[in-house]
Amino acid sequence: MWIYEKRLQYPVRVDTTNPTLAAMIIEQFGGADGELSAGIRYLTQRWTMPTNQTKALLTDIGTEELAHWEIIGTLVWKLVKDAPVDEIKGTPFEAHYVNHGKSPFPHSAAGEAWTAAYIQSKGDPIADLHEDMAAEQKARATYEWLINISDDPGVKDTLRFLREREIVHFQRFGEALMILQDELNSKKFF
Amino acid sequence: MDREQKILLKEIMEVGFVLVETNLYLDIQPNDERALRLHNSYSQKYKELESLYQAKYGPLRYTEMSSYPWAYINGPWPWEINFDIP
Ligand SMILES: [Fe+2]
Repeated sequence: MWIYEKRLQYPVRVDTTNPTLAAMIIEQFGGADGELSAGIRYLTQRWTMPTNQTKALLTDIGTEELAHWEIIGTLVWKLVKDAPVDEIKGTPFEAHYVNHGKSPFPHSAAGEAWTAAYIQSKGDPIADLHEDMAAEQKARATYEWLINISDDPGVKDTLRFLREREIVHFQRFGEALMILQDELNSKKFF
Repeated sequence: MDREQKILLKEIMEVGFVLVETNLYLDIQPNDERALRLHNSYSQKYKELESLYQAKYGPLRYTEMSSYPWAYINGPWPWEINFDIP
């Protein structure tokens, strides 16, 4: 079960109000390779993981992704909270604003609502861990495109932290997959 | 999971659930001193049960200390437990 801890994993800093940048960063709040997809994917895959190591890893990375989802929501909020409507009009955030005001909402930068079709849980640990490694690389790539379009030093700093986390997750998933494959091979699983 | 561990775990779950309820109530009634005293006494009870459990069976949360090797990963995981006590 879960208990909320009333703190962010990383101190989120935003230097300048920027509704356009908020609308782009929302990709990681509710886009295909965003933090919500990551969290729901890993937490859903736990039931069919065969070893204690993989059960623990999926639980803990899944939980960390939800903490990252909170960081992204905080970035979005801090980018728009002080924006007068005049500064929102004409930006890509305007379409978001007419439906959700200044609330973050899980959709992509292009405005598609989040869907479970973004994730998979195959009931097969080898297939799932490969999906998870690919998901981490796709999230890393998204963070790089987001860093490229960001001018705000505070936002860039937070995005760089999140990018690093994807690399660490990829590394841990890779190690878990190797250990699991060795175990399955030694049991003559096939 | 042996009988003793199961009994202690279910006690943690019960006291934990009291805290779920006092928490929700206090979120909207933060000035109810009687409810707060109830919350605090269960909070203390919860901490005692947790440290007793964790000293014997390993961490309930990854922030806790563990004996060697890292005991947090040990089964059964929550979705694998038969909660019946024989
Ligand atoms: Fe990740």
